[in-house]
Amino acid sequence: MDERNVKSTAHNERGMHIVSPKVYAAVGLSLLALTATTVAASYVEMYVFNVVVALGIAVIKMMLVVLFFMHVKYSPKLTKLTAAAGLFMFLVLVGMTLADYFTRAWGRW
Amino acid sequence: MSTNTIVLLPDQSTATIPKMNFLSKENGLLSWLLTGDHKRIATLYLISITFFFFIGGALAGLIRLELLTPQSDLVATDTYNKLFTMHGVIMVFLFLVPSVPATIGNFVIPMMVGAKDLALPKINLLSWYLYMGAGIMMIYTMAAGGVDTGWTFTTPLSTHYVNTHVITTGLCVFIAGFSSIFTGLNFIVTIHKMRCPGMTWFRLPLFVWSNYAASILMVLGTPVLAITLVLIILERTVGIGVFDPAKGGDPLLFQHLFWFYSHPAVYIMILPGMGVISEVVSTFSRKRVFGYTAVAFSSVAIAIFGFFVWAHHMFIMGISNYSALVFSLLTMLVAVPSAIKIFNWAFTLYKGSITFETPMLYSFGFMGLFTIGGMTGVFLGATGTDIHLTETYFIVAHFHFVMVGGMLMAFLSGIHFWWPKWTGRMYPEKLSQLAALITFIGFNFTFFPQFILGTLGMPRRYASYPPEFQVLNVFSTAGASILGVGYLLPILYLTWSLKYGEIAGSNPWQATGLEWQVQSPPLTENFPQIPIMDHEAYDYEWLERQKEKEVTSVG
Amino acid sequence: MTQRGVEGAHQGAHEHPAYQRHHFESVEQQFDATNFAMWLFLLTEVMFFGGLFTAYLILRNWYYPAFVEGSHQLNIGWGTANTAVLITSSFTLAMGVWCAQTRRKSGLVTFLILTFVLGMVFLGIKGIEYHEKWVKHHVPGFHYSEASFLNPASDPEIYKEYHDKALAPDMAAKTELYFFLYFAMTGMHALHMIVGISILVFMIFRAQAGAYTSGHVTFVENFGLYWHFVDIIWIFLFPLLYLISRHQ
Repeated sequence: MDERNVKSTAHNERGMHIVSPKVYAAVGLSLLALTATTVAASYVEMYVFNVVVALGIAVIKMMLVVLFFMHVKYSPKLTKLTAAAGLFMFLVLVGMTLADYFTRAWGRW
Repeated sequence: MSTNTIVLLPDQSTATIPKMNFLSKENGLLSWLLTGDHKRIATLYLISITFFFFIGGALAGLIRLELLTPQSDLVATDTYNKLFTMHGVIMVFLFLVPSVPATIGNFVIPMMVGAKDLALPKINLLSWYLYMGAGIMMIYTMAAGGVDTGWTFTTPLSTHYVNTHVITTGLCVFIAGFSSIFTGLNFIVTIHKMRCPGMTWFRLPLFVWSNYAASILMVLGTPVLAITLVLIILERTVGIGVFDPAKGGDPLLFQHLFWFYSHPAVYIMILPGMGVISEVVSTFSRKRVFGYTAVAFSSVAIAIFGFFVWAHHMFIMGISNYSALVFSLLTMLVAVPSAIKIFNWAFTLYKGSITFETPMLYSFGFMGLFTIGGMTGVFLGATGTDIHLTETYFIVAHFHFVMVGGMLMAFLSGIHFWWPKWTGRMYPEKLSQLAALITFIGFNFTFFPQFILGTLGMPRRYASYPPEFQVLNVFSTAGASILGVGYLLPILYLTWSLKYGEIAGSNPWQATGLEWQVQSPPLTENFPQIPIMDHEAYDYEWLERQKEKEVTSVG
Repeated sequence: MTQRGVEGAHQGAHEHPAYQRHHFESVEQQFDATNFAMWLFLLTEVMFFGGLFTAYLILRNWYYPAFVEGSHQLNIGWGTANTAVLITSSFTLAMGVWCAQTRRKSGLVTFLILTFVLGMVFLGIKGIEYHEKWVKHHVPGFHYSEASFLNPASDPEIYKEYHDKALAPDMAAKTELYFFLYFAMTGMHALHMIVGISILVFMIFRAQAGAYTSGHVTFVENFGLYWHFVDIIWIFLFPLLYLISRHQ
């Protein structure tokens, strides 16, 4: 097999996806650019949206790492489901706990 | 009734244990301590879990002895606090959580899915070593003076007000938690990736589904307990203030994080037991489980919903009313799948061909006692009644009904059911039926009075109580001594059966399931060749057809 | 593990690569299973860090001013540099995985060494930052000093940039909670980095011996998953700890 000529969605002899270095480089550069963006954004006064923007950028960076560096885009459905399940449980932990704290201020009925 | 039995043993005058099996394969201590064979690891677990069960049981005995009299006269109150704390920690983390998964699950699941071993045998062995590490640390902690915070380590008591060994106990539970995580991880990978050809998800025995659901809980819930314990340790050593109101922290944060694991933990404890019941009820009614799909999905539903209800342990602790409302509603929801399972087992029994061997007796006990325990949970899930009943003996009775009347009975049911497969020998049936009956009677005498005590207002975790509660407490202690006998008997006769029990053959129960189609005890590699699954689960007609092809005599 | 050992029946009885374990039916099954196992382990890590993130979100919500001024004490230059270092190390490791998949042994070794070096740089910078905190008495539980928050002018470097207002004594005390979370979360993260770097060292030697470029890529791929996950944790730690509010 010609090992040197691998395209971005090539498979090796075992049917494993091989992601091309070009994709990795593009993702890496995007991540660095997003880092610069989030640092710059923290210097801009956006009141309550500061945290929204910061977390939003972080989520985009996470998605890039998960989908491309961790190959989830090219992985079987089970892997995608597993990653999603982890995210979901994390959100349940944080969300339902915070819900208690936020609603304490609402007082009694 | 007791003359009717489905047990079919080979002719005892000529039967022998197969020469080549997983027990005889290799000899020597190292072959056991460095094994990757899931069946050997299960055996190691069985011995260690039994050991810790008896330590926990001894502590229970001391508790009940103290509670014979209203005053704190047998032991000092501080010591009593240590007794119930260590009892709780050992029983929950070193017995109930690993009980069915690490012993029966480890032993039987690879065979049930048609694999030669679990996916990660070395991780399996690591899991046992972590368990033993935690156990030894626990013994050290007890010898060094123990912990008296209650197994729930509630802050700020555990972080700011006690001088006892919270840190070592915390570490011990941390390690035991990882043992649990690795077991669950192994099961999930095995069940997803190592089913034999033809073994679709809906042909799996329901025992596999239950353990799969419990494994999800283990993998996703236990790490939160781990970080909570780390925070407790940091709070005690460095004094960071995250649970300290004076420094701006919140003691309730600990409870949120602790119960986020500990509520799913109760489902980790019960789901594998429910799996055992599915197998046993089907085998001893000679009928496929009614509503297979419903039972399978209920297991997963219990696992998922179990993650959404943890704050029902915190109704009186200071969470917001809105939060309490939401968690209370979700708690009512989570009761539904458990009830579905009970109904399905009942319908399995209906028009089945029922016999009353020991595993079935324990299963009947489970169905009745778990139902009672579960129904009393509803009183606790409703915030109004919970205010009156929480932190009383009602809670103690509730969880002992589901954990001991439910889970422990299911464990014993499973041990008896798979004992012939594990050891190649049968246990003595009459004696074991007697032990089951003694256990059932002892259990009810011990814990039913505690429901009454709770509604009358006796608080839990108190060494002394008002004298008007004494009669019921004496009843409870009397029951506990009967219960102790009921648990001691299996140890004695199961050990006896290792040498003197009747040879069981590969399928004494005439059960379906791949594990019953191989020899007892099984080969190290389980199957000489990976089987191909070509029939549905609990297919007794298929079993009949197999028997037609069987050679029963030669010449 | 102690299955059939090296008995004579092994040779020729069934054909499979040497690295396939006996309880698996095929190399594909082994790869699938171990890959899935690593994902499940990462799920446990998500929930493990989840507890810390929960504590963080609650305390930040309660004591926002203290968190703002506490985060001003972190050097944004070092933080951004570390983020860039970690992202690059994820890139180099991904390249290493590609080299293993395409059987480029020297490329694999190079990229593994690069990843290792970047990981060490990350820890080095962390060490510098921790030292700074120690010198300024901002380590909770070890002679913690609230002076910089009760009287920001006493800390000219930071004051020049942010002109923080003096915090009331009770809010100033909460900065200790901020720093606790800083050390707990970055410390836990650094612990995971150390474990990763140690495994990298092992892998560099094995890669040099050709273990990963003869078809058995599983170890590198699964390690890659772990390393990228540690990167993701930092991707969230950075804005939450360093970038709370740099605008004044």
